[in-house]
Amino acid sequence: MTVTSVALAAYVVAGLLFVLSLAGLSAQESARRGTVLGMVAMGLAVVATVALALERSERPWPVTAGLILLVLVVGAAVGSWRARRVEMTQMPELIALLHSFVGLAAVLVGYGSFLAEPTGGGGDTLHRVEVYLGVLIGAVTFTGSVVAFGKLSGRLPSAPLTLPGRHALNLLALVASAALLAWFVAADDVASGLLPLVLATLVALALGWHLVAAIGGGDMPVVVSMLNSYSGWAAAAAGFTLGNDLLIITGALVGASGAILSYLMCRAMNRSFWSVVLGGFGAGAAGGPPGGGSPETGEVHETSPDEVAALLTAARSVVVVPGYGMAVAKAQHPVADLAERLRARGVTVRFGVHPVAGRLPGHMNVLLAEARVPYDVVLGMEEVNPDLPATDVVLVIGANDTVNPAAQDDPASPIAGMPVIEAWKARDVVVFKRSLATGYAGVQNPLFFRENTRMLFGDAREQVDKIVQAL
Amino acid sequence: MRLGVPRTTGADPRLVAVTPDAARRLAELGHEVVVEPGAGDGARLPAHEYVAAGARVADRADVWASDVVVTLHPPGPGEVDLLRTGAVLVSQLAPATNPDLLAALAARGVTALALDAVPRISRAQALDVLSALSNVAGYRAVVEAAEEFGGMFTGQVTAAGSTPPARVFVVGAGVAGLAAIGTAVSLGAEVRAFDVRPEAAEQIESLGARVVRAEDAVQQVSADGYASAQSADQEAAALRAYARESAEADVVITTALVRGTAPTTITRAMLDAMRPGSVVVDLAAPGGGNCEATVPGQRVVTDRGVVVLGYTDLAARLPQHSSRLLGTVMVNLVTLLTPAKDGRLVLDLDDPVVRGMTAVHEGAVTWPPPPVAVSAAPPPPPPEPAPAAAAPADAESERRRRSMRRTVLGALGAVAVGLLVAASPPEAVGHLTVFALAVVVGFYVISNVTHALHTPLMAQTNAISGIIMVGALLQIGDSSPVVTALAVVAAALASVNVFGGFLVTRRMLGMFRRDVPADGGPGGGAA
Repeated sequence: MTVTSVALAAYVVAGLLFVLSLAGLSAQESARRGTVLGMVAMGLAVVATVALALERSERPWPVTAGLILLVLVVGAAVGSWRARRVEMTQMPELIALLHSFVGLAAVLVGYGSFLAEPTGGGGDTLHRVEVYLGVLIGAVTFTGSVVAFGKLSGRLPSAPLTLPGRHALNLLALVASAALLAWFVAADDVASGLLPLVLATLVALALGWHLVAAIGGGDMPVVVSMLNSYSGWAAAAAGFTLGNDLLIITGALVGASGAILSYLMCRAMNRSFWSVVLGGFGAGAAGGPPGGGSPETGEVHETSPDEVAALLTAARSVVVVPGYGMAVAKAQHPVADLAERLRARGVTVRFGVHPVAGRLPGHMNVLLAEARVPYDVVLGMEEVNPDLPATDVVLVIGANDTVNPAAQDDPASPIAGMPVIEAWKARDVVVFKRSLATGYAGVQNPLFFRENTRMLFGDAREQVDKIVQAL
Repeated sequence: MRLGVPRTTGADPRLVAVTPDAARRLAELGHEVVVEPGAGDGARLPAHEYVAAGARVADRADVWASDVVVTLHPPGPGEVDLLRTGAVLVSQLAPATNPDLLAALAARGVTALALDAVPRISRAQALDVLSALSNVAGYRAVVEAAEEFGGMFTGQVTAAGSTPPARVFVVGAGVAGLAAIGTAVSLGAEVRAFDVRPEAAEQIESLGARVVRAEDAVQQVSADGYASAQSADQEAAALRAYARESAEADVVITTALVRGTAPTTITRAMLDAMRPGSVVVDLAAPGGGNCEATVPGQRVVTDRGVVVLGYTDLAARLPQHSSRLLGTVMVNLVTLLTPAKDGRLVLDLDDPVVRGMTAVHEGAVTWPPPPVAVSAAPPPPPPEPAPAAAAPADAESERRRRSMRRTVLGALGAVAVGLLVAASPPEAVGHLTVFALAVVVGFYVISNVTHALHTPLMAQTNAISGIIMVGALLQIGDSSPVVTALAVVAAALASVNVFGGFLVTRRMLGMFRRDVPADGGPGGGAA
């Protein structure tokens, strides 16, 4: 029994624990256990790896040990500082940023693995291909995540960037990558292989940047989970490079889970995965007539916080439909407070969350959980829709496209066929909105002009606060 | 233009078509409002309030000789003669049943707008006198019934014994019927209601009443919002339902008016089957009555002690609010007719609302108006058998095509993977096997995750993808300083991920909580 065999055994256990960890996260009750299992697995993997690294160290082991310790301390300090400090509304940015770290790490590991190749003689073809793919995926993940981070945090414009011939550009990048791969594999030694690898890295960086820049802010839930998937594939590719099964297993798990999530998000928007990934959505509609499919205008009934308070006092059942606007206004705490007060008065209050509300899968659920809204009153779209006709008041807070009746009524609408929360079926609808601007999809919302809709303009947080005071 | 408001005569002397408030708004539209002395007395609106609102009080002949005469009820023969040639009369005319009056008005050379012929489209709702007054009448019908009924509407359980709630049966769930239902429910009665229009059932239930169903009596969804006449079968089925319900009811309120005429819903036999002391309020009395015993305008008690109220002035019994609603309707109408707000009346006969109301135009009878595309509720899409039959076939072939495509793609994918593995050196095959199995496991593990946990799941997988740290750590010991430096940076980045990802997941999951029982929560009084 050597250190290596023990470490490999630990890897097998860690891999199984990772599987159990993700399985645990699929339900509320077992989610916490899932996290703990993940931490144990990671701890096991790191301990085993450190042992292995010290045994294989090509320089005195105390030096290696010191470096490893340094790395872990830095990572722990920065990581826990970020995790403690982040606001729940900034969750999408944080996750995108963390993805970029994995991408960059994958690139660096790939380079390291390539530079450590035994000198002299042609490289091992298989190893070269693995290195190349790892670097490529890592680089795309890196810049893609950086752009996603920029868009989510408002540092970059969230509108899709539509360069002329952008599909051709993407294709060109792929062809160039293939050509560079051939050059790279054929290179005689490390020195001559470095140039094609650097060029390929640059191409991949540009590709990642362009891919995500072409996708609008509203599709970010898909993009973030897609990048999550990429970061998994990057780790798996690094596993191939290093011949490490633990990396392969874990990377594949993450890759598959990200892919599934992206698929679920796309289905919730009734759009094909490719139409999202290739980007450009929303630009066409925004450039056309302001009405999108059908120019819908009409009279808007404006209301005041006092009137809404009166409406809520008289209501027996209320459904709150939150959207990205609630996250922007950081209104989740006042909204939760409002719900709590109404519940204390015997009003049935529930939350209806659309699968793609917000900028991250499940974004609204996390915000509401932060505001201490019990998760059993937070319902999904399918659960809340049948109850809406019997609901007295629906409060739409910062949601737009996800409550657009045009998705059902207007076959010409760009969002036709997208499942939506049927807010308009309730007796009264109050829409909290900054202005009458269109939502992400650039489609006018006929809900605003309905007879039973009242508009409450202004900052959602202030308006909800005023309603709470009026109660 | 001069706008005359005569004193209402006839059945409802208490109502007035223009209140002082409305007079002020009419004056703002540029009209000179002239009011007959005593016009507002019935609604407790003294003349000086009209004067304060900018109106002038003038005698009867003067008022009727105005350019526009606004009143509630059809003018009597003497009044028609007072109208000036070229004047505009706005009033209820019952144009469908009153051809003589229309002829007389045409002979007089006036233009007449019928307040009771407003098309039922959303835009015209603000002009609908019938709806406004029916609403009041429905409310008052319940109040009248409560007055006559010898019991409480709400059920009570007291130390002195318990009383059951009154049972109220409402026939016809139009505006008046719904108002009656709402009022009776709010008084605590057990209310049941019937309407031949299937779309009314939802409205009945929304007010807290039960729908009485008679399957054979249900009509098609109406295209114009009014009930239409029934076929013989439908009528027989409806009558059976009426008999069943009225026998058990303490109060029956009938509101069935089909295009101005009142079908019989409560026969003498049904009345005799009702308990003594029960009350029937017939809101259709102005059209002759739904009940066979109804005498329009009278209170009748049958031999068996059932009270039948045929009052035709229910809205006028609440003159203040009814007049206020009427005044608003008049202002809305005159606003529509005075587009420039300059006191000049413009009759736009291309406007379906105006055209629908115009019964006599400049001396010519223009009733009935051409049918306009009006619709109270959007009619259901007409069933088109051909496309409906074609659609499933299309869907079927589409589905088959897709599954075919999936099979082909799957086969191609399998071949591609097979070739890839076959071409790989043996030492890579083990890794590829592990990889393929892990992907499948990943798909199955994740595919049933709940939406609410997507964000924690992503944070967790993010942390897990920090596993790349393992690779970086293994490279730190390399003899090349460059490799070591790269590995240190990579490991540092990945470890940020590991720590940050796990901690943030924990933090998020800690926030998810189930609803705590009320006694564990903060007290309501603490605020």
